[in-house]
Amino acid sequence: MTAFIFRRALLSIPTLIFISFISFVIIQLPPGDFVTAYAAQLRQSGEYLSAAQEAMLREQFGLNDPMLVQYWRWITNIVFRGDFGFSLEWNAPVSTLIWDRLGLTLAISSLSLVFTWLIAIPVGVYSATRQYSFFDHLFTIFGFLGKGTPDFLLALVLMWIGFAYLHIDVGGLFSPQYQNAPWSLDKVINLLTHLWIPLVVLATGGAAGLIRVMRANMLDELGKPYVETAYAQGLSERQVVWNYPVRVALNPFISTVGWSLPALFSGDVITAVVLNLPTTGPLLLKALQTQDMYLAGSFILILSVFTVIGTLVSDILLAWFDPRIRYA
Amino acid sequence: MTDQALPAPAAADAAKENLYTARPWQLVWRRFRKHVLAVVSLWFLIILALSALFAEFVAPYDPFKFERLRTLAPPTAIHIFHEGRFVGPFVYGLERERDADTARVTFTEDRETVLPIQFLYRGHSYSFFGLFQSDLHLFGVDDRREQVNLLGTDNLGRDVFSRLMHGARVTLSAGLVGVIFAFVLGLALGSISGYFGGWIDGAIQRLMEFIRSIPTIPLWMGLAAALPIAWDPIIVYVIITLILALIGWTHLARVVRGQFFAIRNEDYVLAARLAGASEYRIITRHMLPAMTSYIIAALTLAVPEMILGETALSFLGLGLRPPVVSWGVLLQDAQNLRSISLAPWLLSPGVAVVLTVLAFNFLGDGLRDAADPYGQ
Repeated sequence: MTAFIFRRALLSIPTLIFISFISFVIIQLPPGDFVTAYAAQLRQSGEYLSAAQEAMLREQFGLNDPMLVQYWRWITNIVFRGDFGFSLEWNAPVSTLIWDRLGLTLAISSLSLVFTWLIAIPVGVYSATRQYSFFDHLFTIFGFLGKGTPDFLLALVLMWIGFAYLHIDVGGLFSPQYQNAPWSLDKVINLLTHLWIPLVVLATGGAAGLIRVMRANMLDELGKPYVETAYAQGLSERQVVWNYPVRVALNPFISTVGWSLPALFSGDVITAVVLNLPTTGPLLLKALQTQDMYLAGSFILILSVFTVIGTLVSDILLAWFDPRIRYA
Repeated sequence: MTDQALPAPAAADAAKENLYTARPWQLVWRRFRKHVLAVVSLWFLIILALSALFAEFVAPYDPFKFERLRTLAPPTAIHIFHEGRFVGPFVYGLERERDADTARVTFTEDRETVLPIQFLYRGHSYSFFGLFQSDLHLFGVDDRREQVNLLGTDNLGRDVFSRLMHGARVTLSAGLVGVIFAFVLGLALGSISGYFGGWIDGAIQRLMEFIRSIPTIPLWMGLAAALPIAWDPIIVYVIITLILALIGWTHLARVVRGQFFAIRNEDYVLAARLAGASEYRIITRHMLPAMTSYIIAALTLAVPEMILGETALSFLGLGLRPPVVSWGVLLQDAQNLRSISLAPWLLSPGVAVVLTVLAFNFLGDGLRDAADPYGQ
């Protein structure tokens, strides 16, 4: 087992190096650089930068160096000093910006993940054990609809219903009067009235796919001889189903739990933008639009590293959970 | 007993013989037909594709023309009876009023004006892909000021239904072109990977794992944000589809590779090899045809991913940009809450996306079930 973990961990190192380089290249792709974008922005507000000033800014930010030099400076600072660079747009260190928003992001994403599982597992098991029943068909329709509906569309529709019919304040996480208020019971209640939309959107989006997976796996397992044996020994349906086939059918859940790690970090970018949530997703979008190179690059890097670590965690969990994989 | 039983199932025998001599494609079609939802989806997609192709003909109005006096008009109701008398499909004229308190424009039906809907109506002229000029439209009303807006109008008075039809052309073709790019990449790399195995397989597998390990949406966003705003919309369109395909191909390659592993050791492949066929010939003439149905199913299931990707990117303003009309671009109008609550019909491109994605999913499911006609 130790050897397996070690081998898997070693394999991910070249991937990480390659990913860090790609993140940097992606950020460098757009023609022009931050100074170009900054100058354009100033022009809109009626100010002008002279060519000399632009050149000076470039020199100051080190934008004139060859790309490899810039990459090297960027990555060594991250690895050795935990310094993700400076956001030129926000005029603040990248790590502070991300940390500020990370708490809420993690809270929302993990809550929605829990909801997803709470919905998907029981419903999937029910659909499989009562195949072709009325509720199975209902859940199947729900699953397909959920898969076909873009998250942001569902968010828009829920916002519209909340706004037009329930007359509640939607978007963001707090009403304006609570935005900067200290924590109190009212503020928590206010948070809850805002939180249900992102939770419903994120949970249904995820659950729709997982229900199908859970159902298919359960159907594969239910026909196997060991299930029949368990029945023959006089166990009740509940005991049989939850003790044996469900455990096997959970395999894909474990193999995807690692993938939710980057999702936990970024939240769902598009949903967050639509709902105006103060999470990390909209920050990334803004950074990409303004070519805020260090912020966007760090973001993509962190997300990718999380994905690699997540895959690693999943692989290890799977190997621990299912001996067949360890020795394959 | 046996003597009596023999002559009876003659009809069944004929059916059986019919089954045994049927060609593979006939068998696939027979199984596909049993999946009702898939058949319905197929028809829906054919109709949609035709309307997208002939968008200028199906759309009653120019998708770019502003109507200053018809902004945010609700969908026009189609009536059949006027004052208890049968008239056939017609619409009432629209009366425009301004609320004295809020200065908001409201529209009410003018019950006096009856405008029958004319089919094959001659309206504004258009050029069909630069091939020929025409002014023939599927339907319209014969009035200079009144219109029939099946899905209302947007905040500049443009007909949403006409824009939806023109948007379908861009969105659907982006999905198809993206899938074709992904298909070429996935088929080439997947078949090499699956046929040769060994270190080539290992290397391609690592590459696929690497691409899959980059989170999709941020990668799309990163690449799409890199496109200069000043570029020609057509180039942006091609690049966006390429970006979508860059990720989609790994899934296809996986399917192809799995199939190759399964077929590689079949007797007929060995026979072909012993007969001295070249590697290229074995792959293209013997192995690929055996997997066609699986590949088609996988392709069908890949289209909705592309459509959703294009919609999401354009919606965020990172994909296609106006004046190009795609469903994602149309949904940009529905981005803020105020316009949705004033004009819920602006969400109709979203409904179109959902229906199309569902149809492709059902069709793909049906094809996948039918892909192996000898399975049962």
